[in-house]
Amino acid sequence: MELVRSHILVCAGTGCSASNSEAIIAEFEKSLAQAGMQKEVRVIKTGCFGLCALGPVVVVYPEGAFYSRVKPEDAQEIVSEHIVKGRIVTRLLYQETVAEAGISSLSETPFYKKQLRIALRNCGIINPENIDEYIAFDGYSALARALTEQTPEEIVDIITKSGLRGRGGAGFPTGKKWQYTAQEKSDIKYVACNADEGDPGAFMDRSVLEGDPHSLIEAMTIAGYAVGAGQGYIYVRAEYPIAVKRLDIAIGQAREYGFLGENIFGTGFSFDITVRLGAGAFVCGEETALLTSVEGNRGEPRPRPPFPAIKGLFGKPTLLNNVETYANVPWILQNGWEALAAIGTEKSKGTKVFALGGKITNTGLVEVPMGTTLREVVEEIGGGCPNGKKFKAAQTGGPSGGCIPAEHLDLPIEYETLKSIGSMMGSGGLIVMDEDNCMVDIARFFLDFTVDESCGKCTPCRVGTKRMFQILTKITEGNGTMEDLDTLEDLGNHIINNSLCGLGQSAPNPVLSTLKYFRDEYIAHVRDKKCPAGVCKNLLSYRITDACRGCTLCAKVCPTGAISGKVKELHVIDQDKCIKCGACMEKCKFGAIVKE
Amino acid sequence: MPNKRTFVPFKGTAEQEQTLNEVITAHKGKPGANMPVLQKAQEIYGYLPEEVLVKIADGLDVSLSELYGVISFYTQFTVNPKGEHQVSVCMGTACYVKGAADILAEAEKKLGIKAGSITKDGRFSIDATRCIGACGLAPVMTVDEDVYGRLTPGEVAGILEKYL
Repeated sequence: MELVRSHILVCAGTGCSASNSEAIIAEFEKSLAQAGMQKEVRVIKTGCFGLCALGPVVVVYPEGAFYSRVKPEDAQEIVSEHIVKGRIVTRLLYQETVAEAGISSLSETPFYKKQLRIALRNCGIINPENIDEYIAFDGYSALARALTEQTPEEIVDIITKSGLRGRGGAGFPTGKKWQYTAQEKSDIKYVACNADEGDPGAFMDRSVLEGDPHSLIEAMTIAGYAVGAGQGYIYVRAEYPIAVKRLDIAIGQAREYGFLGENIFGTGFSFDITVRLGAGAFVCGEETALLTSVEGNRGEPRPRPPFPAIKGLFGKPTLLNNVETYANVPWILQNGWEALAAIGTEKSKGTKVFALGGKITNTGLVEVPMGTTLREVVEEIGGGCPNGKKFKAAQTGGPSGGCIPAEHLDLPIEYETLKSIGSMMGSGGLIVMDEDNCMVDIARFFLDFTVDESCGKCTPCRVGTKRMFQILTKITEGNGTMEDLDTLEDLGNHIINNSLCGLGQSAPNPVLSTLKYFRDEYIAHVRDKKCPAGVCKNLLSYRITDACRGCTLCAKVCPTGAISGKVKELHVIDQDKCIKCGACMEKCKFGAIVKE
Repeated sequence: MPNKRTFVPFKGTAEQEQTLNEVITAHKGKPGANMPVLQKAQEIYGYLPEEVLVKIADGLDVSLSELYGVISFYTQFTVNPKGEHQVSVCMGTACYVKGAADILAEAEKKLGIKAGSITKDGRFSIDATRCIGACGLAPVMTVDEDVYGRLTPGEVAGILEKYL
């Protein structure tokens, strides 16, 4: 193997790829070739570093210089200054790492300090398209040991003792699932992976698929051995083209190395994996709907029991876990169940990955020990709301979860605590909202989503969500009544109690939790016909204040001619003509137009 | 999304048909073949016209209604062709709270069509899509393979101009 003196790691996750990291890689290679250094410096395409807000991200080792918001034209400078002359390009450094004497360690920055990376351990470190790099980081050693030294029962036992719980939503104990599937007597069994990350705002599974696909393949093969299955299916969203591509590459490499296929490690155990693409149906993230979809049908859920462990894919016992859950498995087998059980709280062990999004400074992926408080995640790691805005709510669990107000920010992150305050862990989307977001509008947004995604099998969900959506629309348009609020609660509870699958059972959560914590906002819409956050167009009015200089610009941009006034005199808006487009306010140079 | 029968006449080529036949042969008799074959067919033709569905139904020995049931269930399948340039505005939560609705409205205004439809000349189609996972860049719009992030409504018209 050739020795190289420096590595340039370029993030090629979806976020950074969207900001043209491919072009950055090409520029680095070009600049290195010009400097004649292509042999001593290697450019590596990695998975997500997590700090997506600062993408595209480039890290140069051995110094560990973390460059953010890099543009293709910056590559030349990094090569000529940093690589050739050894002078770090301070201008491009992530500000938190700039220290008096050069650079400080990335792991000391507020964003990374409180993180603990287990599921994401290799993301942003290895090249996901090169199996050798995964092996160099102990990859496939857990599989080798499992197949040659451990019995299936021992493995199930290790997973059970580790306390690992499903990372996809409800938090069912993973070891139990493995045990139930293992004890079923059947000639054919399946191991399936839920990579249908449909929860809007969640992208942790995608990052594992893109950044460390081999950890999933290794875990599924171990699971196949533990439960006695010979075939695996990964059901992945078609909306993740980069993930699908890297998964295909990884499976091909694993087959080539003999880690997948017939007679793995010469032990007589055979296992293979097929990738199946979803086609854009949120309900397919529900386990029975997912299996129905893999079978080639409309992805409608089935009643449970029988659970998939008894009667799953094609009627056979099936073990189904999500990506993040599997990503923990090789780590647990390498480090022992005690290592995972030592992290977290009494009932929730290990770590959880969150996708921070919305009104937060450091959007990106973070992995924290269970029991970390929401405040630590939002304020310390996430850096709080940008532009000095006031935090209003954190939304976890996507369309199935709820909005958590500031008063609950000090609660520890655990399956049970999140449930007790009307939200849920979900897959790990964490969207932050500030004072400019209207909670009624957000509830309506989620209901719009569930109305669209309800598969239609159960009437309470199919019709009920539609009725809730209509009532919320009525309220945001200023036509709501106080009785509507009670109806929403009754209807919501009815849907929860009478739906077959997780989608219906959780769809009303965004409405119920906002009604509970932000009832004032609902009442303002209904009684005062006002939207305190200034979002709901029908409840807004624009007004020109005395700061108006009479420049006539607003009157010119108004598409409906609603603004009148003479040059250098105060202008007025005709409220009957105004369509509340906000064009005048955007154009006013004096800040004289206010939205109320 | 309006999933009505298309007004665009079917213009399949012999090559496309041959590729389709190969896909059907490769999956025939395998469990769960419907979705992969429909996905490949949509890749070949860009959409799923009735003529193609009849061939798949015959080839896989399933009923046309079963296929239609699958197609109408999943948002990714379409029986209408897409525009030469496909504009998608992400309506995931992270984008929504950062004003994606205004981005979509701006794109609709510029092209004179609503989300889920195609311009008369077939040049553009707009879709409001589910989360594409580029939440760090919110709000996000894509035109074909190009991704535009951290958008403001004012930038939308200029971006679309490039494709006119």
